[in-house]
Amino acid sequence: MDTDALSGGFADAPVQAAHAFRAAMTAMAQPGRIRQVAGAAPPAPLSAAAGTLVLALCDADTPVHLTGVHDTPMLRDWITFHTGAPLCAAGACSFAIGVWDALRPLDRFACGTSDYPDRGATLIVETDRLEPAGATLQGPGIARQAALSLPETDVFRRNAARFPLGLDFFFTCGDRLAALPRSTKVTS
Amino acid sequence: MTEAAYNFAYLDEQTKRMIRRAILKGLAVPGYQVPFASREMPMPYGWGTGGVQVTAATLVPEDRLKVIDQGADDTTNAVSIRKFFQRTAGVATTEATREATVIQTRHRIPETPLHEDQILVYQVPIPEPLRFLEPRETETRKMHALEEYGLMHVKLYEDIARHGTIATAYAYPVKVEGRYVMDPSPIPRFDNPKLESPAIQLFGAGREQRIYALPPHTKVVSLDFEDHPFDPSRADHPCALCGATDSYMDEVITDDAGGRMFLCSDTDYCSTRQKKGHRGTESAA
Repeated sequence: MDTDALSGGFADAPVQAAHAFRAAMTAMAQPGRIRQVAGAAPPAPLSAAAGTLVLALCDADTPVHLTGVHDTPMLRDWITFHTGAPLCAAGACSFAIGVWDALRPLDRFACGTSDYPDRGATLIVETDRLEPAGATLQGPGIARQAALSLPETDVFRRNAARFPLGLDFFFTCGDRLAALPRSTKVTS
Repeated sequence: MTEAAYNFAYLDEQTKRMIRRAILKGLAVPGYQVPFASREMPMPYGWGTGGVQVTAATLVPEDRLKVIDQGADDTTNAVSIRKFFQRTAGVATTEATREATVIQTRHRIPETPLHEDQILVYQVPIPEPLRFLEPRETETRKMHALEEYGLMHVKLYEDIARHGTIATAYAYPVKVEGRYVMDPSPIPRFDNPKLESPAIQLFGAGREQRIYALPPHTKVVSLDFEDHPFDPSRADHPCALCGATDSYMDEVITDDAGGRMFLCSDTDYCSTRQKKGHRGTESAA
C-alpha cells in the first residue's frame, strides 16, 4: 500500500462528516441545487467533492464500484483504508464512482425492488462541468423548475419513469456537487 | 461521565452514516419508509427515539435547534430532548420557530410558515399508515409495492357511513406525489395542508425502525372523496390568551363544573402574538 493512501481523510470526522452530509442531503432534497463540500483530499482522479461523499457515506456496509479511470490501485487503497468499504462488481454495489461514459450502461446497477426500492444504487458521477443550466428538472424538492448540466437527458427520463425503482445520482465537480434523485423528471 | 466523553451528537459515526444513507434514500423516494437499524437511545421508545436519531444524524455544530411536543417548547419531552442535544452536540437552541434551523417535533407542525433553510424532524410512533388495517408487515409491504390502497379508502368510507363525516382527526393519511400513502405522524389533520412546505421534512420511527422524508414542495394530498372533500377542522373558538382564530387549539378544562378554555397549541406562536399586543378573553389586563 502506498503511504499516500493513508492521508487525505477527515481531520475531524464527526463535524466534517456532518457538514458533508448536510450538503449532500440538501442537494438530494433540492435536485439541481449546487452545494460546496470540503474535508477530503483524495488521490487523483477523484474530486474533492466525490471523496468527501465517500468518506461521509461509505463504510463496511456499502460495497463500492469503481469504473474507468477511477479504478486505480491508489484509489482502491484510499477508499479501503479510510472507509473499509468492500470494492465490488457493478451489480452488487451501493455506490458507484466514475465519469459518465465509464458508468454506462446503467442497467448494470441495482435499481431496488418494488418491495424495497431503497436498495437502488447511488452513482457518483464525476464531471468537468457543473452548472445550473441545461436540462430542465421538475418534481419533489423543486418549487417550479430547476436546471442542471446533465450529460444527457433520455437516460434520466427513463430512470424517473421506473419510479419508485431507479438509481440516484450525485454529480461532482471539484469541490461542488449536485444531486438528481429518481423522483426528478428531466426534460431537455 | 462528562459531555466531552460523547461523540458529536451522541451517536457513533457508523450509526450516523447508516441513518444518513437511509435519509438520502427517503428523500429520493418521497413517502416510502426506509428500514434502518434503529439504536437504543438513552430514553424509552415512545419518547422520540426515531426523531432523536434523525436529528443527531442531521445536526451540524452551527445549528439552532428547536424542540416541540404537541406545539409546546416547555413540556417534559421537548425540554429533555433539547437539553440532550445541548449537552451532546453543543448546538444553540431557541424557542422561536423563525430562528431555528432544525426543529424536532412531536405531533405538530409550527403555525409560523417554515422557510427553505429549515429542517423539520418528526417523531413517529407507527410509521405504517396501513398497520391498523393490516397487521402483517409482509402484507403492507406488498400493498405499498402494488400501490394497493383500497383498504384505506374503505376505512375512510366506514368513517362516513358511521359518523356522517371522516372522523379521523389525527395521523390523517396522505398520498405523496401520487404514489405512496404516508402517515404524517399523529399531527392533527389541521396541520395536513402545511405538509406541502419549502422546508425539508424528515420522519423517524425508532421502535418501528423506519425513516421517511418529504423534500421541499413535494405534492402531499390528504385522502378524501369527491363528495366528502378533506376538511382541516379546527375548534371553533379564538385563543383565550392571544385571540388567534387561525391556529390549532388545545382545550383546557379549568374546573369540575364544565369550565374550559381554548389555547393555542403552538406556544411560540401564542407568546409572539401576545408580545405584539394581541389579547384574548382570559388575558391579564
